[in-house]
Amino acid sequence: MLVLGIESSCDETAAAIVEDGRRVVAEEVASQIAIHAGFGGVVPEIAARAHVVHVLPVIDAVLKRAAIGLSQVDAIAVTCGPGLIGALLVGVQTAKAIAFGCGLPLIGVNHLEGHLCAVFLDVEKVPSFPHLALLVSGGHSEIVVAHDFGKYELLGATRDDAAGEAFDKVGKLLGLGYPAGPLVDKLARTGDRAAVKLPQAMRGRGLDFSFSGIKTAVATHVQKHGVPTEQALSDLCASFQAQVVAQLVSKTMLALDEKKFGGLVVSGGVACNRGLRQALQTETERRGVDLFIPSPERCTDNAAMIACAGYYRLRRGERAPVDLKAAPGLSLTS
Amino acid sequence: MSVPDRRGERLCVRSDSDESTRRLGGALGEVLRAGDVVGLEGDLGAGKTCFAQGVARGLGVPEERRVGSPTYTIVNVHTGRHTLYHVDLYRLRDVQELEEIGFSEMLESDGVAVVEWFERVPEAKPLERLEIQFAIVDATTRQLQTRTFGKRGQTLLTEWSKKMGAK
Repeated sequence: MLVLGIESSCDETAAAIVEDGRRVVAEEVASQIAIHAGFGGVVPEIAARAHVVHVLPVIDAVLKRAAIGLSQVDAIAVTCGPGLIGALLVGVQTAKAIAFGCGLPLIGVNHLEGHLCAVFLDVEKVPSFPHLALLVSGGHSEIVVAHDFGKYELLGATRDDAAGEAFDKVGKLLGLGYPAGPLVDKLARTGDRAAVKLPQAMRGRGLDFSFSGIKTAVATHVQKHGVPTEQALSDLCASFQAQVVAQLVSKTMLALDEKKFGGLVVSGGVACNRGLRQALQTETERRGVDLFIPSPERCTDNAAMIACAGYYRLRRGERAPVDLKAAPGLSLTS
Repeated sequence: MSVPDRRGERLCVRSDSDESTRRLGGALGEVLRAGDVVGLEGDLGAGKTCFAQGVARGLGVPEERRVGSPTYTIVNVHTGRHTLYHVDLYRLRDVQELEEIGFSEMLESDGVAVVEWFERVPEAKPLERLEIQFAIVDATTRQLQTRTFGKRGQTLLTEWSKKMGAK
């Protein structure tokens, strides 16, 4: 079964063709990061406008790459939330029009479920259910139990900033541009993580995260000492990243030690962070738990993961109504 | 929390911790009425979201409801005594973008709007409002300075000061 996935919830306009939920036949992404860089952040209106420009060419390109026509597609899956309303609407309306015009079944997919499914694409070894998942991106930091496709339980979430948001905001404080996560990660490699003393936030409070205290500590450090350069900049990045990683890893391990899981899945843009990957590798190896992290391009927003999640929803007999709506505040458990 | 120092329609308060900033927000949340608009301004890490978390509790948004940063989502909606629209304009640039997120509908609704980074789109500010400027004094201390606009802004400040005094 061939599913066409469409994703437009934030920065990327993407389309993919996925076979049986597991094999990516073709995918295309038009990224807006270059457009946004000039503004120091995601600008929603621009995002919506650019999605309108990109969505049809991206779908055309993916069909061409897969060497098929719409008549060979079996269903359409589209991200319907959470995300920016204007951006989501572009994907949802396009998907509805194509589904209606071609008489194809339509499925609305939760973007976060997409991230959880990315780990099933193009691999032999997949996690078994139930497994634990750490979702870390610009808008999300959540610890989730995946009981089955479509059945999720939220164990913890951020009480303030998301992990990726903290990276972006700290990057902005340090004059590193947007998105700053990869650059902070790179600078951190040559920095001394013990150089700057930052607070260890959220030691208690169950499995919830908090990153705003660390961000604020960097802000007050910069206010006091100015924006650092060269080695001092690397040291500050290393110290900041070490605190964020320590919190993500310690809470995730707390959840992992609670009961037996069929592996740990880590997904979302921050899953590309090398410091986080290394720390998780060490901790899961020590516990004899399998770690599943999608490839970097599948950690960030993409349409293949949406097609995958859509496929499993279709198999359960789900169909979206013809008036499927974009749901900016959609949660994983709703 | 130091004693409020009232000068006309301006009020200057110091907070010595997150907890105290949240309590100040809580006192404001208790006196907010449908249609009220509060603008929160100040640098990254100055305590705006922390204050908004307090406002949510003061408005009766249940403890178990997480009141996170709206930077990525632009708007978070919480249900308490009144609907709370927690808005963050950090990533917006102009009025047209505000219209796209339904900002005027929020202001005209029966809810309460707490808006971070209002200075990004000053032309969208309504005539009647309370503004709070947050400044970082040191690692834990924050200074909150208010400005009132219109009659409701003044009343709101008076009621909030009373609540603060009572605590």
